[in-house]
Amino acid sequence: MTEIAVTAEGLNKWFGEGEARTHAVKDVNFEAHFGEMLYVVGPSGSGKTTMLSMISGILRPNSGGVRIEGTDIWSISDDALAEFRLHKIGFVFQDYHLFPHLTTAENAAIPLILQHRPWNEALSEAEHDLEVVGLRTRASLPPVKLSGGEQQRVAIARAIVSRPDIMVLDEPTASLDGDTGRTILQFVREHLLTEKRCIIIVTHDSRIYEFADRIMRMEDGRLTGFDKGSLDAQ
Amino acid sequence: MPGIYRIAFKLLVNDRSKYAALLVGITFAVFLMIEMTSLFSGILSRASATVINIGASVWVMDPAVQTVANTIPLPDYVLDEVRSLPGVRYAVPLYSGSALLKLGDGTYQAANIMGLDDTSLFGRPQIVSGKIEDIFAENAFIAVKDSEFYKLENPGIGTEFELNDHRGKIVAIAHVASSGLFGVPTLYTTYNRCLQYIPNTRFTISYLLVEPNTPADIVLIKQRVAAAGYLALTKSEFMQQISTFYEFHTGIGTNMLLMTLISFVIGLSISGQTFYTFIIENLEKFGALKAIGAKGRELVSMILFQATFVSLTGYGLGVGLCALVIWLARLYLPDYAAIITAGNLALAFSMVVLIATVSSYIGVRKVLRIEPFDIFRG
Repeated sequence: MTEIAVTAEGLNKWFGEGEARTHAVKDVNFEAHFGEMLYVVGPSGSGKTTMLSMISGILRPNSGGVRIEGTDIWSISDDALAEFRLHKIGFVFQDYHLFPHLTTAENAAIPLILQHRPWNEALSEAEHDLEVVGLRTRASLPPVKLSGGEQQRVAIARAIVSRPDIMVLDEPTASLDGDTGRTILQFVREHLLTEKRCIIIVTHDSRIYEFADRIMRMEDGRLTGFDKGSLDAQ
Repeated sequence: MPGIYRIAFKLLVNDRSKYAALLVGITFAVFLMIEMTSLFSGILSRASATVINIGASVWVMDPAVQTVANTIPLPDYVLDEVRSLPGVRYAVPLYSGSALLKLGDGTYQAANIMGLDDTSLFGRPQIVSGKIEDIFAENAFIAVKDSEFYKLENPGIGTEFELNDHRGKIVAIAHVASSGLFGVPTLYTTYNRCLQYIPNTRFTISYLLVEPNTPADIVLIKQRVAAAGYLALTKSEFMQQISTFYEFHTGIGTNMLLMTLISFVIGLSISGQTFYTFIIENLEKFGALKAIGAKGRELVSMILFQATFVSLTGYGLGVGLCALVIWLARLYLPDYAAIITAGNLALAFSMVVLIATVSSYIGVRKVLRIEPFDIFRG
């Protein structure tokens, strides 16, 4: 766990102007490593999601920089950044954002399709990853036919299908019951965390802290410290 | 098909209610637009029925003539003058007028009477029953079997009627390419019989029908006729003049244009609104695609593909529906005045392209404005 995957340097982000200005993230510095499962925790409004958006290349900071595998992501063009995200970062959104009118396999194959891979090849790889998350038999169903936990796993399959080096999960257990949430995170920990991958998870859910290597605490937009993770954090 | 278009296609057609609403909107708009313009084309074609049926290359008339039905008789010397022009192979008179017939049952029926040149019978219709030479027989008339034929009590050869206290007799039944606009039956006879049977003004020639030696002679003929104070038009020019009259001087064109615009607005409203709702409902998903790594231009191309696909499908269905309706109408009304022309199709197509452009513009604006961060923020 020595190679640095993500470096955040002096990240600042504010919204609005004048009296309405809200300083959401204040001078955040940290590093995340390959082979590490890093949690970002804190109360609502502490700037977790804003910080996650900046380090994953979808929200430009007002100051500071983010380096992923040595690339200063905010110094490259918008198109290059989109391409970078497509190949290097896997996203799991809080509400999954699966297309209800596509099949499960088609949803999982979206990153490969955006990479202009042939349709059948993309679907084949997506079906393989659905097998990894235990949903191979559900490949031809639309997401609305799946349970919340199954939809979460489809979102995970979509995130890993392009073999990203960085995975970003936003509140992955927010819509799940406790047992399902733990099962999902256990699966992520055991099957998706590799020495070549860094997983960053934003969560409120202390029931899943045991799967973290490190826990980064935020409050009022500031990074207030790190815990060692796992049971130590509780 | 590239994968992103395949996704766009599935997002569109698998959302069946919206896809159906989009198709219904565009199909209905296209149907109305083509039906309206086809009816107008049919009316214009009917208005030029005499010009089409007679088939002369050049028509000489009074310059004040606006439509073929609105004749202004020409003096006889014009015929002589035109015949003497260089480049004229031949020129013959045509009588075009109307008369009130007293039918066998005692009822009266208005009819168009076409008087053909006695010598050449130039412009004669295609005979389907009887013989053309019988037109020279006493009191002879040829009845045209079109949608108004029944108004003459479906006459057969030998059927008699009265015309201005003269006896008339049907000696042949004919077919013509185009029926007239005004819903009255048509009879053909000779030019001189028209002069005998129908009360006339001082001058009697309705039109001069001219055949040039070569098409190149038409320019000179037109110049010389104009110098004599009259107007010579080719068949297509005369038809265009008639169309222009109905388009711009009768209100029919304006009303049809208005109906076409209303159809366009209906189509635009339905499809624009539905497409907007479709985009709004999928906005977060498009935002997710953007976060994952889709470029703005890829999302734009997906929306354009969807708008183009649904518009072309709706256009095809609209054209098909219109053709079906016209076909069905003609089963019961054989001379139903509607003609789908290339111009009608092109107009409807351009309107559909406009509908697709406006609809997709709304969607594109929304999708380009969505920030992936909004997806994270929920």
